[in-house]
Amino acid sequence: MGQMTFAEKILAKYAHEKNVVSGQIVTVRPDHLLMHDNAAAIIKKVLPELLQYGVNDVNLPVIILDHVIPASDEKTAMNHKIIREFVAKYKIPNFFDIGNGVCHQIMIEKGLALPGQLILGSDSHTCSYGAVGAFSSGIDRTEAAALLLIGETWLKVPQSIKITLNGKMSSGVYAKDVILHIIGDISASGADYCSVEFHGDIGQFSVDERFTMANMGIEMGAKNAVFPVDEVTMKYLSFIGVKKTQYTPVSADMDASYQKELNYNLSEILPVVAVPHGVDQVKPINEVIGLEIQQCLIGTCTNGRLSDFKIAAEILNGKKVHPRVRLLIVPSSQQIFLDAIHKGYMEIFIRAGGVVLPPGCGPCLGAHQGVLAPGERCISTSNRNFKGRMGCKDAEIYLASPATVAVSALAGVISDPRKGGVF
Amino acid sequence: MRIWKYGDNINTDMLFPGKYTYTCSTAEEIKPHLLEDLDPLFAKQVSKDDVIFAGKNFGCGSSREQPVVGLTGVGISAVVAESFARIFFRSAINQGLLLIECPDAVRAYRKGDSVSIDVKNGVVLVAGTSYVFPRLPKEILAIRDAGGLLPYIREKLKQKHQK
Repeated sequence: MGQMTFAEKILAKYAHEKNVVSGQIVTVRPDHLLMHDNAAAIIKKVLPELLQYGVNDVNLPVIILDHVIPASDEKTAMNHKIIREFVAKYKIPNFFDIGNGVCHQIMIEKGLALPGQLILGSDSHTCSYGAVGAFSSGIDRTEAAALLLIGETWLKVPQSIKITLNGKMSSGVYAKDVILHIIGDISASGADYCSVEFHGDIGQFSVDERFTMANMGIEMGAKNAVFPVDEVTMKYLSFIGVKKTQYTPVSADMDASYQKELNYNLSEILPVVAVPHGVDQVKPINEVIGLEIQQCLIGTCTNGRLSDFKIAAEILNGKKVHPRVRLLIVPSSQQIFLDAIHKGYMEIFIRAGGVVLPPGCGPCLGAHQGVLAPGERCISTSNRNFKGRMGCKDAEIYLASPATVAVSALAGVISDPRKGGVF
Repeated sequence: MRIWKYGDNINTDMLFPGKYTYTCSTAEEIKPHLLEDLDPLFAKQVSKDDVIFAGKNFGCGSSREQPVVGLTGVGISAVVAESFARIFFRSAINQGLLLIECPDAVRAYRKGDSVSIDVKNGVVLVAGTSYVFPRLPKEILAIRDAGGLLPYIREKLKQKHQK
């Protein structure tokens, strides 16, 4: 049958049905189940069952320690220990210990998320793998525990939203601005329960940029967010050592039917920030310039890749961040960290006064490594600015592109990347 | 029964701050921090059979399940909202927590109104007026009715291994 969306096609494939329609419940076996530090809590839920029945498929779980690394206290250390013992006992092949990187980056960088695959993960930003044409979605810990035991779960076939991006971005505007603009436009619930498909002039977006956009699909409520597989995807996959025979892309039919179709002219999008305390509270940069900041964060699974660091390093080269500002750099992975060292970006950051944190989640979720104090303001390339997100309910988080964060770090106030950092 | 009323986009950080995600996982550990940054009175005063009314996109944000485990643990009998975020929605099924998507009931509710819920017939009564809410498909209802996903899976595994 023609006229199927990406979500319908891929869920039909995994449900072994010729076709499915939105609203239908299907049972699927995902290719992978992503877990991070929360694997400890997941394992603990079903310890007796694991002992009795074992792990349904040892190739299903991928465990990546990234959220609180290195362990910040005895309790987190114990959690990491439980995970390492589980991995050894059940011989889980896909385990990445602390320092490898943020789970979502590792999934893509190591070729564990491929076009046409179905991946579930006990983390809301699992939707990131739509960057390479996978259907990926977040679930809770309990469901992850059930998947370890039975290897399958139910999914409702979602309705889909088609977002068409045409034209070229202006100078000073980045993928982060585009996705924040879209979220501001359709709201934090604008894509609730839906599969979001990006179409249009997407050839101009690198896999890094697609990653930034797919990563934030959840911030508009999406079940998954996906880009079509094209030359850019295939070139990236070949670069990381994935052979064409290892994957089968799935693409929406031209005449598929969508719940909503949205069109954006990229040339009309401006540099923006999401202001406290919602990702959809998006404002053009000129409405917030001049606001004093104490912390700047460049990194995380949203914007901690080599291309992000290149943008920031070009701005910070030979300069010093404002004396009031703490600049935190969090590479998305060890590979990116190494590449950024070779390119000289890390030296630029350190000479500018930056603090480089280990590849991982950093302070994004407020557990450690850069928690804010009451009354402080942070501008960050991460994906959430919820109240209390960086560990303090009386602090403020502004979300922006790496360029905006870098120019703001120099000025000590929120600044416009189009004006080189002096507001 | 007390009704707790909140607005739109109540996210998982408001329901349970992320900084405790890797140190609290049981209902007892979660309880003191429930809604900590949204409504400090909630954890102190909530009691069994209370109901939450909320706006759009309740539970948006992280996949952490502490909000659902915590609300189930303190005995919240239902969350009635205009809409729910999807991971939270699934999580509630997995913990056996009743979620009712019923925008009309939420919009009708005024402070002090009497509220009762008829799960079997899919009706919320607000100040004497009934509002019908959509019920879950049978195969999903079976998970919630088993008391959540883990009891459901345990039964399934037992049956499979008895064969």
